[in-house]
Amino acid sequence: MKANPKNMPGFGLVTWLGLAFLYLPIFAVIAFSFNSGRLVTVWEGFSFEWYPRALGNHDLQRATMNSLIVAVGATFIGTVIALAAALALHGGGVPKPVKTASYTMMALPLLVPEIVIAVTTMAFFAAINLRLGLINVLIAHIVFCIPFAYAPIRARIATIPKSMSEAAKDLYADEWQAFRHVTLPLLTPGIFSGALLAFITSLDDFIITLMVAPPGASTLPVEIYSKVKRGITPEINAAASMLLAFSIFIVLLSYIINRKKVI
Amino acid sequence: MRLSSGTKLLLPFLAVMTVFFMAPLCIALGYSFMAPDPMGGVKPAFSLSGYQQFLYSADLDGNLQWDTRYLEIIFGSTKLAVMATLACLVIGFPMAWFMATRPAHQRDAWMILITIPFWTNLLIRTYAWILILRSNGLVNRGLLETGIIDTPLELLYNPYAVGMGLVYSYLPFMILPIYSSLERMDWRLVEAAQDLYATRLRILWHVVLPASVPGIVGGTILVFIPTIGSFLAANLLGGGRNMMLGNLIENQFGMARNWPFGAAISVLLIAFVMIGLMLIARRGQGLKGVVG
Repeated sequence: MKANPKNMPGFGLVTWLGLAFLYLPIFAVIAFSFNSGRLVTVWEGFSFEWYPRALGNHDLQRATMNSLIVAVGATFIGTVIALAAALALHGGGVPKPVKTASYTMMALPLLVPEIVIAVTTMAFFAAINLRLGLINVLIAHIVFCIPFAYAPIRARIATIPKSMSEAAKDLYADEWQAFRHVTLPLLTPGIFSGALLAFITSLDDFIITLMVAPPGASTLPVEIYSKVKRGITPEINAAASMLLAFSIFIVLLSYIINRKKVI
Repeated sequence: MRLSSGTKLLLPFLAVMTVFFMAPLCIALGYSFMAPDPMGGVKPAFSLSGYQQFLYSADLDGNLQWDTRYLEIIFGSTKLAVMATLACLVIGFPMAWFMATRPAHQRDAWMILITIPFWTNLLIRTYAWILILRSNGLVNRGLLETGIIDTPLELLYNPYAVGMGLVYSYLPFMILPIYSSLERMDWRLVEAAQDLYATRLRILWHVVLPASVPGIVGGTILVFIPTIGSFLAANLLGGGRNMMLGNLIENQFGMARNWPFGAAISVLLIAFVMIGLMLIARRGQGLKGVVG
């Protein structure tokens, strides 16, 4: 009997080591957030005291509030815009050059390095003298939330047979009724999954917010960064662990929602 | 002209992206051809100083002198980005292969495992390496306590730490496109090749590798572009000396207060993106294969 050619020797080992490499830092932060000692990486015993301290820290509280306001706002506005764009680009009626331009603008925020988006947006706000505090951050986040919300919605639309809304129209539903009662319910998992991805992308963004946020409008990652620059403390590890856990929860939720099939 | 209802739905998207994404990019292009204002911002006058600084520096009298400082940073960060991309390919290809050859239900689990780090905060995952690599960090304490070394190793604040941070940050961007190529591949071809007495190496080279080319091209572009423009890995693990273009841009818009030069480096980075896009387009694969 010949060996299965699909199993290359060593590839399994590389994969498991690669997986360990990807997860080691995540576990390190979480593990050290439970360290009772002040000296972060010197283990002095298990302690839960840093979590209440992180939760009671005023800077972190304010930054978390800002993060949530921006993430919720950018997710909502970004997802609505992405949904409208997905419907428009899937249905007919959009001239081809507009379509091509739209696809390019949908892909560019994912391909242009974040630092370039960060400094150009910052320079743009300075040029038009837009100083609206957290609103500036919100606008910057809406832009990069749109492509993340768009992808799952678009994928979902592609799986809905045209016959569905045609059947509704045969039963005398108008355009809006067919959308409201047939297309929209079928799209819901895609919309939720896109919204969740937009939400964590906004929540996790660091570099764009760092450049765009005026004083007082910093978000949780920016606050964590400025604290890390002054020295990592167990308190920061606790705040970081909570943010990591929250993100992982949202990704898993997005997967579960997206698993439901159309028919 | 009356707009169709489809085009109307597209208007909010077109408006937001044109005003808040394309316009800033255009303004940056304009700024790259202006003179720096020492107070920050630009002076509204045409100047090539932003581009001259790649090669020359001006002394107090305004005389230009050959200066390779920035060229060295550009060369250094390109080299580091190339090495990191290659490392991602060497690690990512076997991982993608392994994942693609698992049974269907295991493949889904692997996908989730690989995408979770991608969706979790990069800042936190990068600063975590400080906990692991610093002189009293995990690695050094492990080595000291087992008696392998007597004095802590300097693992942080060097190009290797930055390179490792880059590989760490962008490895999933290499795995996922290759995986999606390999998952679509007809693995019966591999069995057929084996029936014809092909060795493993020949199967890898003549059957699997050609099928994974779109994924490798996509992954390479998706890793190289954010790597060369990255900020966090060099900022947190490089200790200021090992800059990537991202750090140089941040520096010019921040401390150095030289917006035109920062804008010119941004233009250079966008040129990299455009070349990448053209490479993808020429493979006739479209953006969808890479992004979605």
